[in-house]
Amino acid sequence: MTITLTGGIIAAIGTIGPGVGIGLIGAKAVEAIGRNPDAQGKIIPIMIVSMGFAEALAIYSLVFAFLK
Amino acid sequence: MTATLAPDTLFTIGSFPITNTVVDTLLVDALIFALVIYINKNISVIPTFFQTIIELAAEQFHSLTESTAGENTKKIFPFVMTFFLFIFIANYSELLPVITGVTVKGAPLIRSTSSDLNTTLALALISIVATHTMGIRTTGFKAYLARFFSTNPIALFSGLLELVSEFTKIISFSFRLFGNIFVGGIILASITAVFAFVLPSVVMFYEMFVGFIQALIFALLTMAFMSIFTTAHSGIE
Repeated sequence: MTITLTGGIIAAIGTIGPGVGIGLIGAKAVEAIGRNPDAQGKIIPIMIVSMGFAEALAIYSLVFAFLK
Repeated sequence: MTATLAPDTLFTIGSFPITNTVVDTLLVDALIFALVIYINKNISVIPTFFQTIIELAAEQFHSLTESTAGENTKKIFPFVMTFFLFIFIANYSELLPVITGVTVKGAPLIRSTSSDLNTTLALALISIVATHTMGIRTTGFKAYLARFFSTNPIALFSGLLELVSEFTKIISFSFRLFGNIFVGGIILASITAVFAFVLPSVVMFYEMFVGFIQALIFALLTMAFMSIFTTAHSGIE
């Protein structure tokens, strides 16, 4: 597997948006737990699933990076 | 090292190519059948350890489907559980220790079936077509059409947008699963070629986590869309 410049640029630009998104999801989840610590068992699975959605968008660009 | 998008053909039966992902699909099917037969032979009222785990998973999914869908749980639950089981075992089949090292003519014998765009596209199509068919059967054809087309211009506009988003759902479903597992396989192969000891197990742990989450996301999204389509559409009144 060769490492190319185009692949690197594709992967770098494609990860900016999902990175911000995952950070915001985590921040809101932690804030919600801070307000209501008893709801922890309900908030954390939803947070994990939402992070899975956001991460998939980064994976879309990673596929094209690996193919270059 | 499979950095190719398309899987390698091992041999052909007639004009149908048998690729290494087809071999993996057969392996996953065999595993699921063996699981079903084993559970059914030793079923008992006081469950053993294995039966408890299966009952736990099935019950969690059933209660989750019931809280989302309500009355249509009987139709929706089989789809959800089947998608989850198949995709879960298919995602984990790329982590099997010995079998994945066997090569036939230079190409690996087994490549995870969800790292093939054909499989994920087929699963996405099955999910969307089943959702629409279930919607037509449950609410009737007129209510199904009223979801997309109506006389109110604003509702008509949003209905057409929803129609387009049905197609993007197919692309999103297939590429999410394909991208995660395909890239995971490549990363695992690359790391194992460079480091021999500690780092591959860390990456493998991450791959186990991702495999579970992606199977869960596919099943949960299917369940959400099916429950949306089987309840009456509340338009702009």
